[in-house]
Amino acid sequence: MNIAIVDYKSGNISSVINSFKEVAQNKVRVEVTSDLKKIKSSDKVVLPGQGSFKSCVDALNKIDGLTETLNEFAVTNKKPLLGICVGLQMFADIGYEETETKGLGWISGKVSKIDNQNGKFKLPHIGWNQINIVKESKIFKDIKNNSHMYFVHSYEFIPGDKNVISATTDYSSNIVCSVEKENIFGTQFHPEKSDKLGLQIIKNFINL
Amino acid sequence: MLKNRIIPCLDVKNGRVVKGINFVDLKDAGDPVEQAKIYSDGGADEICFLDITASNENRDTIYDVVEKTSKKCFVPLTVGGGIRSVNDINKLLNCGADKVSINTAAVQNSEIVVESSKKFGSQCIVVAIDAKKNGNKWEVFTHGGRNNTGIDTLEFAKKMEESGAGELLVTSMDRDGTQVGYDIDLMSKISSKVNIPIIASGGVGNLDHLVDGIVKGKANAVLAASIFHYGKYSVKEAKQYLNSKKIPVRL
Repeated sequence: MNIAIVDYKSGNISSVINSFKEVAQNKVRVEVTSDLKKIKSSDKVVLPGQGSFKSCVDALNKIDGLTETLNEFAVTNKKPLLGICVGLQMFADIGYEETETKGLGWISGKVSKIDNQNGKFKLPHIGWNQINIVKESKIFKDIKNNSHMYFVHSYEFIPGDKNVISATTDYSSNIVCSVEKENIFGTQFHPEKSDKLGLQIIKNFINL
Repeated sequence: MLKNRIIPCLDVKNGRVVKGINFVDLKDAGDPVEQAKIYSDGGADEICFLDITASNENRDTIYDVVEKTSKKCFVPLTVGGGIRSVNDINKLLNCGADKVSINTAAVQNSEIVVESSKKFGSQCIVVAIDAKKNGNKWEVFTHGGRNNTGIDTLEFAKKMEESGAGELLVTSMDRDGTQVGYDIDLMSKISSKVNIPIIASGGVGNLDHLVDGIVKGKANAVLAASIFHYGKYSVKEAKQYLNSKKIPVRL
């Protein structure tokens, strides 16, 4: 099996690479690439994302044909894709960080700033928070409800269809922290930085 | 609920772990990669490396340490010390650091914070502030505590937030290495001044100091070196103690 981690210069992805390689060992091939052919021919794709919604979308669009290739992979061919952090946020139709920016539009909804309730909640939301699993998701196999995951973000994904939500976390309000829509998976938290439980989620994705 | 973080810090010099007492009298005590692994296995919420002599000496050893550590530890890794340019930040992130902490360079030119937070995201930019009390204010020090800039710490903290820092790591120079507890007054004043998370540092001697840092100092995370490094307490013991005091931690 081949897993492609999409390298589109979206910031620091070395931890994502290290964690997938740790879980994959020698059984699964993990490729870090922006090569469209390699992405097309892979079995699974990981879409990381750091920085702002706008900077990530801009970086995707900078690589000719990448958005189309990802669309074909995830929407047309329905192959498994995992978005992490801003990678998940980009599933939305639209994001409001920096300026209004169009997302991939795979899961209808928007990405807006977390309501800090007049400074009551510090932003970014940084650290370990518990996830409340609201629907069974294949990537949560052997993950107990209320497990801790590592978060770092100031914006949240608000999907139109609540049925895609697989987990939420409590910070100011119930923030969507994991989605699953058919073959498309996303986590707002960082499984690659969430210790053993995070690695289990990566393992679950690899084993899909 | 978001948990308070416990962050063991390892001072690294030439690729080896040391911990200074008031920034001098260094003792050599181990391999940073192994130490970091022990901490992350023991429940550390993050690991922090501080390359203490980086401003003066060859830095390349730290890249090697970061690269090896990031392949073994799957909790966030922050690296600081001697960062002077956006390129230095880029190199550390590429080696596997999740965040960098910038001290002297941020004081000399806040543009490095503006530029790097835009380029890499605020989430990986920590500004480390070394503060020392002078009369009724705290002044910012640079170069590992050797230079007094005279800059007011509270104003500087606000400026760093506005420049794009994702977190502030605040060290009391008066308390560092003394083991008498954090400078609570300093921590709580900065925490109230800014809307980004604060990591308290400098002066931890026992577990009640960690409690005070969070409850009285309003810190979102507490950093300590000596109490963990010399085995006085384990990270697990610290977390259990905080939990017994009704402070939310990840157990």
